Amino acid sequence: MKVTVRFFASVKEQLGRELEEIEVPAGISTVGGLRAHLRARGGRWAEVLAETRRVSAAVNQDMVKPGAAIRPGDEVAFFPPVTGG
Amino acid sequence: MKILVQPGNFDAGLEIKALSNNPSIGAVASFVGVVREVAMTLEHYPGMTENSIRKIAEEARSRWQVIDCTVIHRYGELQPSDQIVLVAVASAHRGDAFAACEFIMDYLKTRAPFWKKEHAAEGPRWVEAKSSDDDAAERWQLRQGLTQP
Repeated sequence: MKVTVRFFASVKEQLGRELEEIEVPAGISTVGGLRAHLRARGGRWAEVLAETRRVSAAVNQDMVKPGAAIRPGDEVAFFPPVTGG
Repeated sequence: MKILVQPGNFDAGLEIKALSNNPSIGAVASFVGVVREVAMTLEHYPGMTENSIRKIAEEARSRWQVIDCTVIHRYGELQPSDQIVLVAVASAHRGDAFAACEFIMDYLKTRAPFWKKEHAAEGPRWVEAKSSDDDAAERWQLRQGLTQP
């Protein structure tokens, strides 16, 4: 399935990427699974999306937990903890 | 309910006046956040930002007697002493207005997708999220739907 992945703030800067269409391999069905898939690219991806780093995620613009399901056409976003207000 | 996410400034006085224009309103509580010391750039997630603020404001309305509320949050380049955010809540009585205003602010800080990058003399740096902000939101004993993932 295909999903759109967006990155924000320090995650975007460190990955040098803002938006990407990704063909998700069969067997990956959650946000956490997608994050692990991206991490497996190695280099910066492994570093920025490391399990020890606090990275939040949203699916279709709703904050979700790593176990949240992803479906074809979803917009998934990864970003650092928010600091507004 | 008025939710605005915009680069431009706002006039808190006018916003409060607009909110008060209803005979059943007896109290308006407001909060204005201001840039402290260092210039910054505020990034946000268009669409999600407005939706998350709306959800927080709706949660406040379900908990307290809120007649109306206005939330305006700026993004982009901001200088020291610039206004960042306005939360204004109108209610029949002050207790509800104070509580709902603080609740919205506490949640906004930990749920709304904004990120601050400070432009300090030693170079730009992303502001780290504070655990004290999480604690401030936690103490309201979250309901489902607003809990931090």
